Amino acid sequence: MRSILAVLLENEAGALSRVVGLFAQRNYNIESLTVAPTEDPTLSRLTLTTSGDENKITQIRKQLDKLVEVVRVVDLCESPHVERELLLIKVSAQGDARQEVKRSADIFRGQIVDVTAQTYTIQLVGPSAKLDAFVKAVEDSGVDATILEVVRTGVSGLGRGDHVLSL
Amino acid sequence: MAEMLSGGDMLIRALQDEGVEYIFGYPGGSALHIYDAIFRQQKIEHILVRHEQAATHMADGYARSTGDPGVVLVTSGPGATNAITGIATAYMDSIPMVVISGQVPRDLIGTDAFQETDMVGISRPVVKHSFMVRDAAEIPAVVKKAFHIATTGRPGPVVIDVPKDTTDPSATYAYEYPSEVNLRSYKPAFAGDRTQVNRVVQALLSAKRPVFYVGGGVIQADAEEPLRALVKASRGPVASTLMGLGAYPGSDEQSLGMLGMHGTYEANMAMHEADLILALGARFDDRVTNDPNKFSPKATIVHLDVDPASVDKIISSDIALVGDAQWVLNTFWEAYQEQESLRDDAARQKQQQDMEQWWQQIAQWRSAHGLNHNLEPKKDQSILPQLAVQTLYRVTEGEAFVTSDVGQHQMFAAQYYHFDEPRRWINSGGLGTMGFGLPSAMGVQMGNPDAVVACVTGEGSFMMNMQELSTCLQYGLPIKIINLNNQALGMVKQWQDMQYGGRHSQSTYSDSLPDFKTLAEAFGHVGIRVSDAMELDAAMEEAFSEKYKNRLVFVDVWVDPHEHVYPMAIKGGAMSDMILSKPQEAAS
Ligand SMILES: Cc1ncc(C[n+]2csc(CCOP(=O)(O)OP(=O)(O)O)c2C)c(N)n1
Ligand SMILES: [Mg+2]
Repeated sequence: MRSILAVLLENEAGALSRVVGLFAQRNYNIESLTVAPTEDPTLSRLTLTTSGDENKITQIRKQLDKLVEVVRVVDLCESPHVERELLLIKVSAQGDARQEVKRSADIFRGQIVDVTAQTYTIQLVGPSAKLDAFVKAVEDSGVDATILEVVRTGVSGLGRGDHVLSL
Repeated sequence: MAEMLSGGDMLIRALQDEGVEYIFGYPGGSALHIYDAIFRQQKIEHILVRHEQAATHMADGYARSTGDPGVVLVTSGPGATNAITGIATAYMDSIPMVVISGQVPRDLIGTDAFQETDMVGISRPVVKHSFMVRDAAEIPAVVKKAFHIATTGRPGPVVIDVPKDTTDPSATYAYEYPSEVNLRSYKPAFAGDRTQVNRVVQALLSAKRPVFYVGGGVIQADAEEPLRALVKASRGPVASTLMGLGAYPGSDEQSLGMLGMHGTYEANMAMHEADLILALGARFDDRVTNDPNKFSPKATIVHLDVDPASVDKIISSDIALVGDAQWVLNTFWEAYQEQESLRDDAARQKQQQDMEQWWQQIAQWRSAHGLNHNLEPKKDQSILPQLAVQTLYRVTEGEAFVTSDVGQHQMFAAQYYHFDEPRRWINSGGLGTMGFGLPSAMGVQMGNPDAVVACVTGEGSFMMNMQELSTCLQYGLPIKIINLNNQALGMVKQWQDMQYGGRHSQSTYSDSLPDFKTLAEAFGHVGIRVSDAMELDAAMEEAFSEKYKNRLVFVDVWVDPHEHVYPMAIKGGAMSDMILSKPQEAAS
């Protein structure tokens, strides 16, 4: 079971290390982690993706909740939610592959944010699965296209509709 | 007008305002401003230990026996790292403790300065929470929060790391101790859910084979009274964890003694056959459940715990009660009386019959394989360690505070000393820390100056913190140390006998042990040595005699080195799978 945990955390030195430490200490895996302050400067919001059976996810949530600096935890996957991740990819493309890569970027609604005679740097936003599919499409663009570099931000998300995670 | 104080003075003043009686500690460079503040006041007594690990165990013993948080002060670097074992020990058993560690000045943090270690980082996995003082002005608030967090909810150790420059005497601040704390991110459960409690009452009233499975949480919450009332009224048996001994009187006939790996036959059988298990302040430790998949197949499981993360962690419960054990058990007891009084006679009679059958079954287990508490010394035979504990129990009339270390002696103490009151049995259950016994006994004695305090230890464990004999002399602590000397790391040796074909890899050292009697004397204490079973009584009587009331007495009891602790759970089995004797062990 995949789970996207949204966590409100006191924006204090050391708080993040407790969250990360908890995962290491209890042998829970972190697939991705994003964190930044919120509109309230005393709070950080963290989005963490992990996986495990239901018992494990419940334990992870309870253990997170137990950390003194954790204010709230919700599993976004429990209700409709919006999930986004940003990808930057640098591709070396020559000849026909150049057109092919550009076409793929268009299909996936990616934006070319930098270009040289040999390379494209493309930005893409969407759910993780869409990003995976795009990377796969570029890989398959032909012999003259090579992926040079990929960087992803990890998932951020929030609940749809009236669902609000706040104090 | 608020008083103007330096950071160091504020720290000590805050501890005074928190009602702290003792600080257990050891000085060093980063803590010297704080030590100077201690020197210039009289309210708090500082106990100078000989090793920082001992300071933490002392604070721990003080906390376990009094219910008040223990306070530790150490310097940075090695002082802080030496404290880690004791912090982890307290963490595993949920003991309230505040540990203040000196740190290098703020501008040196991160430079690998002399005696710098990342204390907040090193201690992180074994603390309930920690603070690094970033600004001297926040010291009173940090102390307040630390005590609040350490003592509420599921208690635990809290570290305050204090950079030296924040305690500098040259800068002063307006001191005010906050009267309350409000942490939006920390709201421990207190009141439980009444509907859940009512369901539990119904379950108990209709149970045929209930067992109260009682853990240290009941003691922590001072919830023994409603527990005892419930047990008496419902006539259910009580099986106690290692940590729960004393919550219900051990000498009462409804007590089945300890359960688990070395629990009594009747306690483990009752757990296995029960139709209702009331787990109260207990956490289904693997030393209790044996294989969780085979745990108590017929029982409805009720789990009371203050920590929601403990519930459904190992064994999923049918009814969960998250909340303070005192609140929940008081509510439980009230609801029980109410609903019991509404029962008709037929229902009452029916249950009485069921309970009679249950007790008959338990009596059978007891008489078949129960522990023999009437051991007799035999002429020309070595002393059985069990007999030594039984003698201690008799001589102290069951009223001593008993601390212990880790090993066979610890299990014998738990099995053969019946604790009738909570907070009398002090041992490291969760972490199993050898070296805990003596320093924790010292903390117990400081917190209970008039009490009889015995430390049942093994020569291996004792040697892990024996330097504290010197501290005992300094503060006149009249502890009685009962050293069950089997000249070996007995528990390790037992496992090697049972699981490694008797290959005693690194578990014996009989040629190189000190003469403990003269060792004790060298430290200025009384030493007694006894190896003849017929002289055991006299030796124990002498140790606890009026003559030595104010002296530390070390009784070196040479016990039978071949003895094993039984029952012993069969690995991977159910709670009912136990080895009960050497012949059975040999046959299996
Ligand atoms: C600090 C520490 N190291 C190692 C162990 C593992 N251990 C558990 S019991 C034991 C032997 C204890 O020997 P002793 O204190 O003489 O007690 P006995 O079992 O002989 O009664 C050891 C080494 C431990 N519990 N704690
Ligand atoms: Mg030994």
